[in-house]
Amino acid sequence: MKILVCVNHVPDTEAKIKPGADGLSIDPTGVNFMLSPYDEYAIEEGLKLREKFTGEVVAISLGPDANREALRKALAMGCDKAVLLKDGSVRDSFGVASGLAEYAKEYGPDIVLCGKQSIDFDDGAVGGMLAEFLGMSSISVVVKLDVVDRLVTAEREIEGGREVVSARLPAVISAQKGLNTPRYPSLKGIMDAKRKPIEERTAAPSVVKTEIIALRKPAAKNPGRIVESVAALAQALHIEAKVI
Amino acid sequence: MKIVVFTEQKNNQFRRASIEAVGAARRLADQAGASMLVVVIGSGVSSLAPQLEAYGASQVIVVDNPVLAVYSTTAFATVAAEIAKGEQADVLIFSASSLGRDLSPRVAARLDAGLAADCIALRFENDAIIATRPVFAAKVLADVVITSQVKVFSLRPNVFPAGSPSMAPVVVEQREISLTETDFAAVVKETIVAGQKKDVTEADVVVSGGRGMKGPEHFVILEELAAPLGAAIGASRAVVDAGWRPHEEQVGQTGKTVSPSLYIAVGISGAVQHLAGMSSSKCIVAINKDREAPIFSIADYGIVGDAFEIVPALTQEIKKLLTH
Ligand SMILES: Cc1cc2nc3c(=O)[nH]c(=O)nc-3n(C[C@H](O)[C@H](O)[C@H](O)COP(=O)(O)OP(=O)(O)OC[C@H]3O[C@@H](n4cnc5c(N)ncnc54)[C@H](O)[C@@H]3O)c2cc1C
Ligand SMILES: Nc1ncnc2c1ncn2[C@@H]1O[C@H](COP(=O)(O)O)[C@@H](O)[C@H]1O
Repeated sequence: MKILVCVNHVPDTEAKIKPGADGLSIDPTGVNFMLSPYDEYAIEEGLKLREKFTGEVVAISLGPDANREALRKALAMGCDKAVLLKDGSVRDSFGVASGLAEYAKEYGPDIVLCGKQSIDFDDGAVGGMLAEFLGMSSISVVVKLDVVDRLVTAEREIEGGREVVSARLPAVISAQKGLNTPRYPSLKGIMDAKRKPIEERTAAPSVVKTEIIALRKPAAKNPGRIVESVAALAQALHIEAKVI
Repeated sequence: MKIVVFTEQKNNQFRRASIEAVGAARRLADQAGASMLVVVIGSGVSSLAPQLEAYGASQVIVVDNPVLAVYSTTAFATVAAEIAKGEQADVLIFSASSLGRDLSPRVAARLDAGLAADCIALRFENDAIIATRPVFAAKVLADVVITSQVKVFSLRPNVFPAGSPSMAPVVVEQREISLTETDFAAVVKETIVAGQKKDVTEADVVVSGGRGMKGPEHFVILEELAAPLGAAIGASRAVVDAGWRPHEEQVGQTGKTVSPSLYIAVGISGAVQHLAGMSSSKCIVAINKDREAPIFSIADYGIVGDAFEIVPALTQEIKKLLTH
C-alpha cells in the first residue's frame, strides 16, 4: 500500500503569538515550532496501515526549509521516506492543497492521511481540497479507521455522536485526536531518521485565493470580578449577566 | 452580488447554526445591496423551507431527493457546486458545523474559490467582504479577504445572531440536481448518537471539569449543576487523557471549540490550550481554589475555593432562582 502523510510545521502550542510589525504575519521572535499535533495521529495511522498491508509511508510537507524538522520527526516515528516541497511563499489552504496535489498525482497513493487541522491558521481545509483536486473521496475528523481490501469504513466525529462513513480507496482521511495513540520515536528511529535523506523538490507555483489584510490581538477582556459567595455568584449570573 | 447560504437540518428541524448563517447572510446582503438565496438539501425537507421566512429568507431553493436523506460529502458537494454555478453565486455561506467544515473545502476547491473557515464576523467595507477569524488558537484575530471570483465562508456556530423576519414573503422553488453513482463515492452508513447527551458545541451552557475534580466519580456534582441549566458537560484535556471523561467532551486547541452563553470552568487551571477552545464564550465563570490560576484572567466571574463545597451550593442557588 502506498501511504502519503501530509505534515505541517507550526508554532508550539505554548508559544506567545503576537502580530509582527507588518501587521500581516506573526512576530517570530522566541516562537518554537513543532509538528502539528493532529499530524501525529495521521502518521501513526499510516504506520499502522503499513503494518497491516505492507508497503511504504511517505511523509510530505510543503513549506520552507524549517519544515524539515516536522519531516525528521515523521521519519523518526517510522516513515520510510520524506519529501519537502520547498516553497517560501505565504500560502492559504488552497495553495497548499494544490501544491500537494501536484506531487500526489505523480506518486499515486492508495491513501492520503492528513491532520484534522493545522494548529496555526486552523483552516481544516487542506484534506478536503486535496481530495477534490485528486478526485478522491474524503472523510474528515476521523476517530476510527478500518480498511478491508479497498473498502474504507471510518467513524467521524459530529455534534453529539459519530457518523460511520464508507468509501473506496483511494481516499483522503483527516485524523482527529482519539484515532490512535501516536508512538514515541525510538532512539534507533531518531538515529535512523538522521541518515534518511529528505527528498527536496520545488513546489509548483502558488495559487492563493485569500489574503490576510490584518492580524491583530483580540480586544482585551475587562478584568472579571471575584465574588465572595455562591449566592452572590448566582445573583450576578441572573441579574447582571442574564445568563440564567 | 449574489449570496447563497446552505442550511442543515437535524431531526427534521433547521440547526440553530443554519438559522444564524441565514441571519448573517441577510445582514451582509443588506449592507452590500446584494441578493440572497437560501438552499435546503435533504429528503422530505420541502415542508421546512417556509420556516426560513421568519429568519430573513425571501428566496429558497429546495433540493429534495430521497438519495440525499443521509450525508455524502461528494454528493452534497455536487449539489452545492451545481446550484452555485447555476445561480452564478458570488458568495457561498456554510455553518462551521461538522457538516459545513467537511463540505465547504470540497465545494471551494471545485469552484476554484478561496475559503475563509470558522469566521466570527463578516463585514462589507469598500466593496469587499472582510471576514474575521481566530487563528493560532485565538491568540490572534485575522482579517481575511477572498480574492477569487467565488468566495466561500463558514461561520462559527453560536456567534452570529439569528435574522429577523423577511420583508418580502418567501418564494420556495424546487430544484433537481442530477446525481450519478460516482457522486456517492463516500456515504454515511450509520449515525451513532452518543446517548441523550448534549454536545458541547451545541449547548447554550457548558459546565466543564478539570483535574481539580480529583476523579471521574466526582463529575456527578457537575452533572447535577448542569441538569437545571440544560448544560452540556465539557472537560479539560488532563481529565480526558486520564480516561475520566470521553474525548468528545474535550474543550480546547486539540478538542472542541465552544462559544456558549455561559461557560463554567471547575477545577480547570486555564492553560492556553484550554482557553483556545472556550475564550469566545459570552460569560465565563471560574471555580478554582487557586487565586493565581490563569483561568481567572479571562473569567467574568470567579469564585476562589473548593469545588466540592461551591458546586453543590451553586446548584442549590440556581435551582432556587429557576423555581421563582
Ligand atoms: C499540544 C497540546 C494540546 C493541548 N490541547 C488541550 C486541549 O485541547 N484542551 C485542554 O484542556 N488542554 C489541552 N492541553 C493541555 C494543557 O496544557 C493543560 O495541561 C490542561 O488543560 C490542564 O488541565 P486542567 O486544568 O484540568 O489541570 P491542571 O492544570 O492540573 O489544573 C487543575 C486545577 O484545579 C484546581 N483545583 C484543584 N483542586 C481543586 C478543588 N478541590 N476545587 C477547585 N479547584 C481545584 C487547581 O488549582 C488547578 O488550577 C494541550 C497541551 C498540549 C501540549
Ligand atoms: N504546508 C503543509 N504541508 C503538508 N501538509 C499540510 C500543510 N498544511 C496543512 N497540511 C495538512 O493538512 C492538514 C489540515 O491543515 P489545514 O487545512 O491547514 O488546517 C494538516 O493537518 C496537514 O495534514
